[in-house]
Amino acid sequence: MINWCWPSQLREQGIMGMNERNSWFIGRYNDRRNYPLVDNKLKTKRLAEDAHIAVPELIGVIRTQHEASKAGSLLNSLNDFVIKPAQGSGGKGILVIVERDGEYFLKPSGERLTLLDIQRDVSNILGGLYSLGGKPDVAMIEARVEFDPVFADYSYEGVPDVRVITFLGYPVMAMLRLATHTSDGKANLHQGAVGVGLDLATGRGLNAVQFDRPIRHHPDTDITFDQLTVPHWEEILHLAAACYEVTELGYMGCDIVLDKNKGPLILEMNARPGLAIQIANDCGLNPRLKQLEKEGRRRASVKERVAYAVREFSTPAS
Amino acid sequence: MHREKLQLYLIALLLIALGTGLTLYKHFTLDFPLLPGERQQLWTIEAQISFQAQNKPVMVSLARPSGGNGYQTVQEDFASSGYGFALKENETQNRAQWTKRLADGKQIIYYRLQASRLDHQPPATPLTTAPELAAVDLDGPVMTAARAIVDEAQQQSADNQSLTVQLLQLLNNPAPSQDVQVLQNLSSGTGVDAETIVQLLALAEIPARVIKGIELEDRRRNQALVSRIEVFSENKQLYFDPAHSVEGLSENFLIWQQGGTSLLDVSGGQDSQVRFSTLVNDTSARTLALRSAKAEQATLIDFSIYSLPVADQNAFKTILLVPIGTLIVVFLRVIVGIRTSGTFMPILMALAFIQTTLLTGLAIFIVVVSIGLWIRSALSNLNLLLVARISSVVIVVIGIMATLSIISFKLGLEQVLTVTFFPMIILAWTIERMSILWEEEGAREVLTQGSGSLLVASLAYLLMTNPLVEHLTFNFPELLLVMLAINLLLGQYTGYRLTELVRFEPLVRHKGQSHD
Repeated sequence: MINWCWPSQLREQGIMGMNERNSWFIGRYNDRRNYPLVDNKLKTKRLAEDAHIAVPELIGVIRTQHEASKAGSLLNSLNDFVIKPAQGSGGKGILVIVERDGEYFLKPSGERLTLLDIQRDVSNILGGLYSLGGKPDVAMIEARVEFDPVFADYSYEGVPDVRVITFLGYPVMAMLRLATHTSDGKANLHQGAVGVGLDLATGRGLNAVQFDRPIRHHPDTDITFDQLTVPHWEEILHLAAACYEVTELGYMGCDIVLDKNKGPLILEMNARPGLAIQIANDCGLNPRLKQLEKEGRRRASVKERVAYAVREFSTPAS
Repeated sequence: MHREKLQLYLIALLLIALGTGLTLYKHFTLDFPLLPGERQQLWTIEAQISFQAQNKPVMVSLARPSGGNGYQTVQEDFASSGYGFALKENETQNRAQWTKRLADGKQIIYYRLQASRLDHQPPATPLTTAPELAAVDLDGPVMTAARAIVDEAQQQSADNQSLTVQLLQLLNNPAPSQDVQVLQNLSSGTGVDAETIVQLLALAEIPARVIKGIELEDRRRNQALVSRIEVFSENKQLYFDPAHSVEGLSENFLIWQQGGTSLLDVSGGQDSQVRFSTLVNDTSARTLALRSAKAEQATLIDFSIYSLPVADQNAFKTILLVPIGTLIVVFLRVIVGIRTSGTFMPILMALAFIQTTLLTGLAIFIVVVSIGLWIRSALSNLNLLLVARISSVVIVVIGIMATLSIISFKLGLEQVLTVTFFPMIILAWTIERMSILWEEEGAREVLTQGSGSLLVASLAYLLMTNPLVEHLTFNFPELLLVMLAINLLLGQYTGYRLTELVRFEPLVRHKGQSHD
């Protein structure tokens, strides 16, 4: 038996549907012209660096197959790193190397890769395997984020990140994404990562979701989420709000990671953030967006916008 | 924003009105049937004219039908080698005329006519003004007998119709009176011939004339025309069979000749005769509408797909089905929310299914893609560039297709031979995407998107092979406008998708409990 509900019930809760997101918010507030800024992670990184927004360090860029075959010495000199396609979508093609074992490169799952394996992955990236429409792409080598151990109990493997939805530069909803065994160390909800809804005022955990269904415990570590609080919360909100000035996208998702040493870093931005965050927060997006359409001021500073969000969009403890 | 929406609704409304308007116009005015099942009888009547030419210039003139009794001429053929041909039209009778400078020996000329009775057309013949009273050419005792019969009929009747009925009853009485016998002796056969009856009616001052036609029957040869009497009564025409007193023409009566002119004139030949053979075909009503519309030179038809050669028309038959498929894809994505692998890949699959039939197609697709995925996983270890890998997968797909064909042929499974209808590039890309999806998002996502694609393809197939849909899209291409309008309307739907009613259900359930 499949549980379902009436559209009127969803409307009552202010739940945003995919069609509404696409035509009402993305279509009207996100100028197509600005998409390359977020779809191309290399551009995003350059822009963010220019605007003094904290991002993981860029180690190198591989642009041609020729460079790929010569990248051996660079890669061999690194202990841990991340390789990602500049124009990949949905976390596709991201390779995380956490450790070395002599010749071998170790993935978060412990799988051992040779240099050849990595070069194949790079050549796939360059060939456009992960980019939309198969366009030729470039591969970025980034410093691996040494994630803040504060989430060690919650995340099975990989880097947990915070997704903040911003509207007109105002943070409106946030969730913490925790990798699981199923998601292969990736904080991607489609692949089975856990999303924990966060109180916008405090960064405290509210509810959690995996595969679109509410859960109470982390499926691997068995820990409940209600005691969880994301540190550096104020800074995270500021980072997310500041992205608006960089991309000028009205409706977007900012993915932020916590580095042990460097604090919050912007990992990437997304012009079409998913809707599961509503399930994680047990709350619809529409009322907040409608309120901002009415009250949001275009010229408000980052600080003012964060203060507004903290004041208006806090979820009282239940 | 509201203005934009209004604009969109207006455009959609306009498109729908235009599309349905043209469709209805074609249906009601040009007789295009809305349903594929409507088939109509198409009669082919062939007149064979034969005569002995006498080494002289030849002119042959044949009366030809000009409608009436609900029949409409669909097509005419004039097979006659070496003859010049012309159609002559005058007020009383349309004629066909063949001419030749010099002819000798037996000559045969064919005149072929295709006609159909259009049911929903009023069967009434176009009203012609009543002819003058026929000249009475009777004398002596015959004239006396004729007057006696007419007097008797007049006494027993009230108007033109009843008088004619009475007259025919008297003439066809199994025990004829003496007067009637006098008249019967005039005619060559039994009974009184139609020309004499018209003269009798003239005596009663009723305008009437003889018409000739064919009682249409399937596969009849060597028929001659039969006579009917057309009586003009006030503002209508009545038809009588000279041998019966019942009014009206049978449905199968095709009027060939009206008025007193001759059926066939031949100059420069002798022993001329004309025989008729008839044949009936069941034709789709569309063909009929098309042929008659063509005859009328309707501009809408003249500048449409029907003006293309038949082979190209058949290509369009498929092309016009594609919008149905895309509409299904849009609907299933926007309203239902089914995820597919590649937006329009399901349509290409559905097009392939049309050639292979659904179950065979599904089986072939699953087999080819499964084997392909298995081989592709081996290829992924070879460190190939993307383009080279796709190209290799294409070759592998062709290999699989060939192997399947050969094995199934040896086993006698002819259906599997249709595997060649699957576009291999599409199959190769599907395999490539699925294998990436498998690596990146896991088998779960491959199954979701794969079955989503198959579901959408199957639904698109079922709709695209529906006879009604096929009929409508091909015969009423203006419905494309309606489909465009539906697309526009679907494109601005911002409500929830059906799958979201399930996806977000936990949010509502939770709230419901907290209120308790």
